[in-house]
Amino acid sequence: MLSDLLRSDTFRHGVHPPERKSYTESVRIRRMPFPDEIVLPLRQHAGRPAIPLVRPGERVERADKVGEADGFISVPIHASAAGRVRDVTLWPHPDGSMAESVVIEVDRWSPQLPRPRIVAQWEGLEPEQVVREVQKAGVVGLGGAAFPTHVKLLPPKDTPVHTLIVNGAECEPYLTTDHRTMVEYPERVQFGIRIMMKALGVEKAIIGVEKNKPDAIETLRATLPSDLDVSVLPLTVKYPQGAEKMLIEVVTGREVPTGKLPMHVGVVVQNVGSIACIAEIFETGQPLIERVVTVTGPGVRRPSNLLVPVGTKLRDVLEFCEGLTDDASQIVFGGPMMGSATPDLDTPLIKGTTGVVVLTESEARPRQVHPCIHCGRCLESCPVFLNPSLLGSLAQAGRYGEMEESNLMDCMLCGSCSYVCPSHIPLSQMFALGKNMLRRQKAKENAA
Amino acid sequence: MSAARGGAGDVRSADHVTGMTPQDEEILLRIAASPHVHSPHSTPRIMWTVTATLVPLVAAAAWWFGPSALLVIGAATAGAVLTERLFGRRGALGDGSAAITGILLGLILPAGFPMWMAFVGGAFGIGFGKLIFGGLGQNVFNPALLGRAFLQAAFPTAITTWPADTASWWALRGDNFAWPLMSPETADLVTAATPLGAWKFEGVETQLADLLIGRTGGSLGETSGLLILALGVFLALKKYLDWRIPASILATVALFSGLLHLLDPVRYAGPMFMLFSGGLMIGAVYMATDMVTSPVTPRGAWIYGIGIGLLVVLIRVWGGLPEGVMYAILLMNAMVPFINRATQPRVFGHERKQREAAA
Repeated sequence: MLSDLLRSDTFRHGVHPPERKSYTESVRIRRMPFPDEIVLPLRQHAGRPAIPLVRPGERVERADKVGEADGFISVPIHASAAGRVRDVTLWPHPDGSMAESVVIEVDRWSPQLPRPRIVAQWEGLEPEQVVREVQKAGVVGLGGAAFPTHVKLLPPKDTPVHTLIVNGAECEPYLTTDHRTMVEYPERVQFGIRIMMKALGVEKAIIGVEKNKPDAIETLRATLPSDLDVSVLPLTVKYPQGAEKMLIEVVTGREVPTGKLPMHVGVVVQNVGSIACIAEIFETGQPLIERVVTVTGPGVRRPSNLLVPVGTKLRDVLEFCEGLTDDASQIVFGGPMMGSATPDLDTPLIKGTTGVVVLTESEARPRQVHPCIHCGRCLESCPVFLNPSLLGSLAQAGRYGEMEESNLMDCMLCGSCSYVCPSHIPLSQMFALGKNMLRRQKAKENAA
Repeated sequence: MSAARGGAGDVRSADHVTGMTPQDEEILLRIAASPHVHSPHSTPRIMWTVTATLVPLVAAAAWWFGPSALLVIGAATAGAVLTERLFGRRGALGDGSAAITGILLGLILPAGFPMWMAFVGGAFGIGFGKLIFGGLGQNVFNPALLGRAFLQAAFPTAITTWPADTASWWALRGDNFAWPLMSPETADLVTAATPLGAWKFEGVETQLADLLIGRTGGSLGETSGLLILALGVFLALKKYLDWRIPASILATVALFSGLLHLLDPVRYAGPMFMLFSGGLMIGAVYMATDMVTSPVTPRGAWIYGIGIGLLVVLIRVWGGLPEGVMYAILLMNAMVPFINRATQPRVFGHERKQREAAA
């Protein structure tokens, strides 16, 4: 078809930060030993936090539920190691706030085996039952946003879904979590796709992978199922290619209308890690209690891809990677474009933690802010075609209402504008603040 | 505890990390908002690179016009830089924008221009062209052009006195050292028309080869068309200027004047003459592309460039002045806020405006 010929393998605008994936892109995933203590925040996902089910002093086995989902847009939290609950208390959270968390003193002598359990046979299940199993296992989007996965598996009746898009773009610099998952567990990814296609009732699945991961593309192509319409789509290397809306536009040629969900254009997007996690539920019955995390950057002695128990503290992970270099100066949860910096080594790695990037002074040093010279670089980088230059001047004046009129709410805080700004204006930080102010204002209006 | 690296404001202590550093010392971690990596570009780097590309132009001016060129450019730059230093933000000189304004203003003045006038022009350009609006990034008009427009209004004779080539390179091309507030001595000065003046008032067309290399009368920096074009290509490749602006200006001028030339080759000069005479090249490459005073949207850049091109030909052919680049750019500078508003791109996932109206 003509539209297929004209279709580009990338979106318009975007930026090209140095990829820096060579630290870990060919390093095999290692399983990290259980630490002495794990910290499980009850808020590890978008939606309502889980409700604690355990009290201090209680004994838990590995994979026991310690927090129950609070409603449909919420997921339960499971113990990632056997031990004794030390406390349920406020603890530093990767997003920089304090969050209620279950602290477990790990039993050093436990074999860390889960209780005997029944593994659901996926072939016989109705879509609703699959959704329930996925929620029960506490699965969230492992690409960073941590949106509960089961919610996406239950599209409303009036928006039929025809395609499953598997997100293996991994456009953030440094991170190789999805890359290694695709290379080392291709069968699990394919099995997860099979289950998802059945649950969603779709005929077609497309795995989008950036071209800087040729081994992942090759491995996935070699393991494609013969009885299903699954294909691999190599994507141009550009940030933010892995953003849901950008990926959908490349794969389907359609833009998700503002304020609408991907289902509106007939697609569901899932991260490869989440898909592998779903496969695991129906293979071994294991809920989401461990995940692959890239620990990397010039500030880490031994950059690694690790299989980490959820709730492991930053300190233990860094020690396992042989510590920090002398010039390490900033630790980032997630990728350097959208991740958050933490000063506290007791912060736990959670379900949504894609990586830990330790930067040195050459990258993380503060830069002097200059006035905006209207060079237009931000306009040519914004993947959703906003005018960050205008929005930035409105933000400086505190004119949030006008920012909304200039479509601030369409901003997904990808950081491209801040990345290119030669005057080093903290645009995306100002936009995050603006969006928060507007949301708070809305909430106040609704309450009144 | 070891000393904090860099500034202290954003640094918090991460307590003792066993075995992490050889001496078990404490490390200090920075916290900041994302993104944590940044492109290598910076505003001072852009400005100083542009300044560096002006050096060959200043050299060319000195080659053709002798020591007078350096005196005039130096005076204009001193006026601009001193004004920024006295009345601008603290540390604003470091961003390099005042130096660019001063040098550019010097380059569009005649060789025999009194230094005190050039100094006043530079001071006016920065003071009233930039600082009064709130400094870098806030001004509506190109400060160098505003400085020149002021000089044109204040000293109409001095600024249109184009000295003829002298026998010795060392000879001054006019009364550069005229006393402040005094008119220059012009009694014994031999003047020569600029190519545009000669064409407009005498019907004489200058040789193209002379126009290309700059062996003609005119302002200091505007004569070497080819050199300016080459520097423009360099800046465009480095993405330090928006190529759409010079491209659309030059294409519009070439097309418009070419059309007129076809209609009546005797009355209207050819496109090559129009492109390489007067201040068009330096205007299109260095003045119109000033990021602050040109549109931010790519579509806006085309409209802005086409507007300048049309105005230049209109003023040159039918206006009372031989040259119109300065007024064409200043006029379009004033249009920039409207162009920006009218050319906002469609936001991702939004309907097109027309369709909204239809629906």
